[in-house]
Amino acid sequence: MLTTIGLEVHVQLNSKTKIFCGCEIKFGSPPNSQTCPVCLGLPGVLPVLNRQVFDLGLRAVLALNGTVSKKIKFDRKNYYYPDLPKGYQISQFDCPLGQGGFIELDLGKKIRLNRAHLEEDAGKLLHDQSPDMSLVDLNRAGTPLLEIVSEPDLESSDEAYEYLSHLKAILKAVGVSECDMEKGHLRCDANVSVRKNAGDTLGKRVEIKNLNSFKAVKAAIEFEVKRQSEAMEKGEKLVQETRLWDDARQKTFTMRSKEEAHDYRYFPEPDLVPFFVTPEEIEKERRALAAIVFPKEKKERLMNEFKLSEYEARLISADEEISDLFEKLVKIYKPAKTIVMWITGEVFAYRASSDEFKLYGLSKLKPEFLVQLFKLVDEGALSFQVAKEKVFPEVMKGEDPTVVMKEKGLQQVSDDGALTQWIIEIIQDNPKVVGDFKSGKETAAMFLVGQVMKKSQGKANPGKVKDLLLVKLKEV
Amino acid sequence: MSLSKLTTYQLAELYQKNTLTQKDLLADLSSAIQSKDRDKRQIRAYVNFDSMQPRHRKADKGSKLWGVPVAVKDNICVEGEETTCGSKILKGFISPYNATVIEKLLNAGAIIYGRTNQDEFAFGSSCETSCYGPTRNPRDPQRVPGGSSGGSAACVADHTAIASLGSDTGGSIRQPASFCGVVGMKPTYGRVSRYGLIAFASSLDQIGPITKDVKDNALLLQAIAGYDPKDSTSANLPVPDYLNFLGKDIKGMKVGIPKEYIQSGLNADVKNSLDHAVKILESLGAKSQQISLPHTSHAVNVYYIVAPSEASSNLARFDGVRFGFRDKSAPSLLEMYENTRGQGFGAEVKRRIILGTYSLSSGYYDAYYLKAMKVRTKIKNDFDEAFKKVDVILTPTTPSAAFRLGEKTTNPLEMYLSDIFTISANLAGIPAISLPGGLAPDTQLPLGLQLLGRPFEEGQLYQIAYAFEQATDFHKKLGNVS
Repeated sequence: MLTTIGLEVHVQLNSKTKIFCGCEIKFGSPPNSQTCPVCLGLPGVLPVLNRQVFDLGLRAVLALNGTVSKKIKFDRKNYYYPDLPKGYQISQFDCPLGQGGFIELDLGKKIRLNRAHLEEDAGKLLHDQSPDMSLVDLNRAGTPLLEIVSEPDLESSDEAYEYLSHLKAILKAVGVSECDMEKGHLRCDANVSVRKNAGDTLGKRVEIKNLNSFKAVKAAIEFEVKRQSEAMEKGEKLVQETRLWDDARQKTFTMRSKEEAHDYRYFPEPDLVPFFVTPEEIEKERRALAAIVFPKEKKERLMNEFKLSEYEARLISADEEISDLFEKLVKIYKPAKTIVMWITGEVFAYRASSDEFKLYGLSKLKPEFLVQLFKLVDEGALSFQVAKEKVFPEVMKGEDPTVVMKEKGLQQVSDDGALTQWIIEIIQDNPKVVGDFKSGKETAAMFLVGQVMKKSQGKANPGKVKDLLLVKLKEV
Repeated sequence: MSLSKLTTYQLAELYQKNTLTQKDLLADLSSAIQSKDRDKRQIRAYVNFDSMQPRHRKADKGSKLWGVPVAVKDNICVEGEETTCGSKILKGFISPYNATVIEKLLNAGAIIYGRTNQDEFAFGSSCETSCYGPTRNPRDPQRVPGGSSGGSAACVADHTAIASLGSDTGGSIRQPASFCGVVGMKPTYGRVSRYGLIAFASSLDQIGPITKDVKDNALLLQAIAGYDPKDSTSANLPVPDYLNFLGKDIKGMKVGIPKEYIQSGLNADVKNSLDHAVKILESLGAKSQQISLPHTSHAVNVYYIVAPSEASSNLARFDGVRFGFRDKSAPSLLEMYENTRGQGFGAEVKRRIILGTYSLSSGYYDAYYLKAMKVRTKIKNDFDEAFKKVDVILTPTTPSAAFRLGEKTTNPLEMYLSDIFTISANLAGIPAISLPGGLAPDTQLPLGLQLLGRPFEEGQLYQIAYAFEQATDFHKKLGNVS
């Protein structure tokens, strides 16, 4: 079975204000506080295009190797839903801002882009505020989006995942979007079909919606490919339809069939006058882009200069904040591999789960303190475990690791006397394990080392513990 | 003499001489409205008869429209006031903002006083489809005042307003001005901001003044015209001083008479008043010539594709979710939509939404909307060509004088054809003015003349309209000014 995938990605452009009015864009404001008559769609109001949104869109198109349309025109997409105040969405139909372009995957495969167009976001329905009512929050209505549509060039869920990672990295690097999926800055629909042989016509296209993470995109594509392949094997008829991804059940289910599809009755938006993009405007954005090092170039430099593996280089280069941190650290601390290990292990974990990070990002961290922490481990003053668990979180808050270590008494214990005392106690407490060791089960020694480490609250020098333990065990 | 019979410039003189106060004027106007709008003639020009409140703000006494009350059509948003477009679906909608024209009037010292009746959502040519009931023509209460800005024309003609604002999508200022014997200007598309005008057809709508004479009209347009950053379709061009055009010689001005407008079948009274107008203008030194606007016969067809298409989308926001009328008993979202719109809109509104939705539907778009837009370009080109030969174009405003109430309500097509002479100006985006051009001999009903000009040359239209007005005195015969 051959899989064909195309992705439609909605990216929120990070302008200060909405696409057609002056309302500020702030995440997490009280419902309907970021609204005005224009984005509420009150009778009589008119849209005015936000210049910054247009510039950001232009830059994104150029960064994705696309061609900017000469004529810029907006259209109305008509449909009814309570989160859509005007009963139509202002979008671009036959004259998208960007045409063509591509994203290059790691192995050099180019995924062609079909188009990229500007449009306004809708609001949100809140179903959990009242037992018998649904409420509408229009803060998000009018937020600028760039919809980026790929050609059906993707052939596996892994390629789709990689495509999205690259897209996100590029858009973040050029500063057009924060691409924060948690805040809905990046949303994706996937079109998936299967066929038996390369010569066959493409199978019935199934559009999957409600994909809220890259992981969900990957899982949904895998589910769909399996479902469609099995159906085809059984000789069942597949239909063109829209399906929803249920993340909890890891399944897709039918939302609407082709027959139920909307007729959006697109027509040119008469409230916005079409205009032409000047070569100067394009040149201005090109110059801005020339100053930006793209993730791909950055990745290659990291591999050449610091001998990082492709995988490590990609992880570091994908995010500007992270690659900046790496650059700062590598200037004052040489073993690049150690830096990568700390970043991809501890910094990533901290970024994913810490409340502090949500508030401050990496703004409090002082790179020289992080390097000092590495050195304390190198010198044996701190055990890796204690450094990671007890000192690292403080360093992320801007604390000096030496001070933290001293104040909390976290220095690594390498003193033979203290270590021997702990070892004797552990041997006494675990006669059965000692017996196992004696009868030839060597892994039993590792368990005892672990117990000593635990007893020392991680402070014992694990190398020395192991040496001394083996000596003591012989004496038993 | 009643103060409500005065014009804005006459008021300004009295204010200047300190022989008039705003309070006296408003009291006089209010009593004129109270005694006349609901008397046995049942003119009913106003929709807020029982709750009229003057709205003004502090302005220099020297401001151009200081102390001048202006009545406003019910589709122009006024902050804190119910704005309903004559529709049940907008009952209870209090606008939280002012339309740009309202801001401009207030800043010029004007007083916003009275909301005038209209066809529901401005869909109509007789002012009979309002949810408040019909407005009647003060010249003959058995007849319609024209539409959709029927209330705005009727109150000026009846001297229950000094001046008013209307809106014109296919003739909605000019046709009622013609039927009521007053002066109405549809400015160039983009001359006046549409921000705050509840849209009917966005690419055709313009707000314009309805007044007792040409000078008043020029003064009012002066106050509301100009670029507005809130309206992307408004033109960023300077506004000339329109008063400078009044009294200017029209010697040598070339006036075109489109042959397509005077083909056989034109009402004899209408034809006579047009011929008479040509004679008057020629006596003033203008030169007339016949011209051709070959795509004229398609104008009504094009209009009834383009306008309902845009309207079907513009009216989608009236869904009962955020404001206005809602069927609260509906058990589901879909039924809430259906019942709200089913009960909230009148028959003509539904007809046009259905028409527009059909024209934009997948599979029909190319044959209807797209084709109509192409013909629209041809109509515009006709005017571009004509204006290479002539300075202004003269036509009747309407094919007949005001018709009787109920005469055309059962036949929508016949109703649509009453705008046959006015629609082209909207499709081409050019300015057009209607002014009294005569009286029908048997009925004494006013007949309107229409002058069309090049884009943004409203000044020239005022120039020729003023010259004609001064030479004829129809406005005085009609009792507009004394």
